[in-house]
Amino acid sequence: MTPPSASLWAVTLATLKKDIRLEWRSKDALNSMLFFSLLVVVIFAFSFDPLAEESRHIVGGLVWVAFLFAAVVALNQTWARELRNQVLDAYRVSPAPATALFLAKSIGNFIFVSVLEALMVPLFVIFYNLHVLGPAWQLIPLAVLGTWALVVNGTFFAAMSVRTRNRELMLPLLLFPISIPAVLGMVAGTTAVLTGDNPAHFYIVLLLTYDVVFTTASLALFETILHAE
Amino acid sequence: MKRIFPILAALTAVFLAYATYRNLVLAPTDALQGDVYRIIYYHVPSAWTAFLLFFINFIASVQYLASAKPSRQAVAKWVVIAIGVVGVVATFLPQVQGQLKSIGMRPSAMTTTVIMIPLAYFLIGKWFSRERLDVLAVTSAEVGVVFCTIVLVTGPIWARPVWGIWWAPGDIRLTSTLVLWLIYVSYLLLRRFSSSAQTQMLAAALAVFGALDVPLVYFSIWFFRTQHPQPVIGGSGSMDPRMLQTLLISWLAFLCFALLVCWSRFRLELLKREVEELYALESLGSAAEVKASLPLQRSAR
Repeated sequence: MTPPSASLWAVTLATLKKDIRLEWRSKDALNSMLFFSLLVVVIFAFSFDPLAEESRHIVGGLVWVAFLFAAVVALNQTWARELRNQVLDAYRVSPAPATALFLAKSIGNFIFVSVLEALMVPLFVIFYNLHVLGPAWQLIPLAVLGTWALVVNGTFFAAMSVRTRNRELMLPLLLFPISIPAVLGMVAGTTAVLTGDNPAHFYIVLLLTYDVVFTTASLALFETILHAE
Repeated sequence: MKRIFPILAALTAVFLAYATYRNLVLAPTDALQGDVYRIIYYHVPSAWTAFLLFFINFIASVQYLASAKPSRQAVAKWVVIAIGVVGVVATFLPQVQGQLKSIGMRPSAMTTTVIMIPLAYFLIGKWFSRERLDVLAVTSAEVGVVFCTIVLVTGPIWARPVWGIWWAPGDIRLTSTLVLWLIYVSYLLLRRFSSSAQTQMLAAALAVFGALDVPLVYFSIWFFRTQHPQPVIGGSGSMDPRMLQTLLISWLAFLCFALLVCWSRFRLELLKREVEELYALESLGSAAEVKASLPLQRSAR
């Protein structure tokens, strides 16, 4: 038997590769996320029709609301995919560490949502005529930390909601209340960078704290959730 | 139980009536706000009761998660002791004291709060068996949400005439109470929608996540100044001693009421589970053996 540390990474990598290959071939999650957030962009653009100056104040909120809703689409598929053919039950009885499964799913979701963001940001720039007034490089740590915050909790709560009667509906109901501080950090931080009014450092630290706290909690509790009977 | 309950209920009703009399008649009128201020005799006691119940829910959930494995129980025990010791020592450090004063909190109040954590943890662990820890968690969450709703409703009613606005977005206390309420509503929804065998574990995990979230919400709105009046107990706010006395009596009455409701709900949940268990076992076709082996049977009656 391989030592536990080696098998943790081996299992993580194998599961991640499998998920990426599945997504690459089917493009289920990515296509639906992309179209969904495109719809959000267009509908918001119609309903607000802002000037360049106004849009700088509201786009931070719009971008993250669009990504939050779109991420739920991908997150719901994370575990639902494993329910077919009882794959999840197979995971449960296998000796593979539960944390490896969780890490692989989180990293996979992180990659999908990041790809979505990379594709959607240019659209936001075009539709809302954006010019960044603050230090633009700070948007990168904000995006990375913010996406991880959404994805790590989202993956955890998706594993929870897949056990409930109304699977797809339950995930946002669990995820959104817990995500409020993270969403506040992302939105306020992005707005701070876009308008250049105040520094965004505080929000980066806030998101970092949030990520550390909830990644630890998720890793510690995931095994309990997976094996809850 | 059946005999004591009506007596306690009557006593609580009398106590509540007395508290109401004090609140509305005996307590002096506020010099600045007039009679409108009297809503704090409902607002503040409800808030304290709600926070206490959510705290109990958190402790019961941690105990429930820890009791799944003996090794985890030992770890949890030492973590809780460490939190108690470090927390108490920290409140005596000058830097921490300065920080606490700057956010309007008396260090002694912080010490008391920190001591509460291990104390409640061990008492609840001692008094409640594993099965009952979960019942305690449901009960305290449900009753806590009711009291938290009272807080969120009475707050704006008071704020409208005094601040001129119903709600102050970005205010630290208002937002964290609202988020707390949202988290616990989602907790109750999860309990409602998940199938019975796994609910308890999932709900306990969610309660831990919720408890981790609240300090972060508080931290995230650090930048905004609070409009909310400073706390009068353990904080830098001040109050006429007669008003304070009325407030404390009102809180005691609310607490009695909350405990009574919790007790009743606790018993109801125990009976409900017992009935479910009976049905489940009956469908297995061994009804005769069932009656002797029910763990909760005697206690619930």
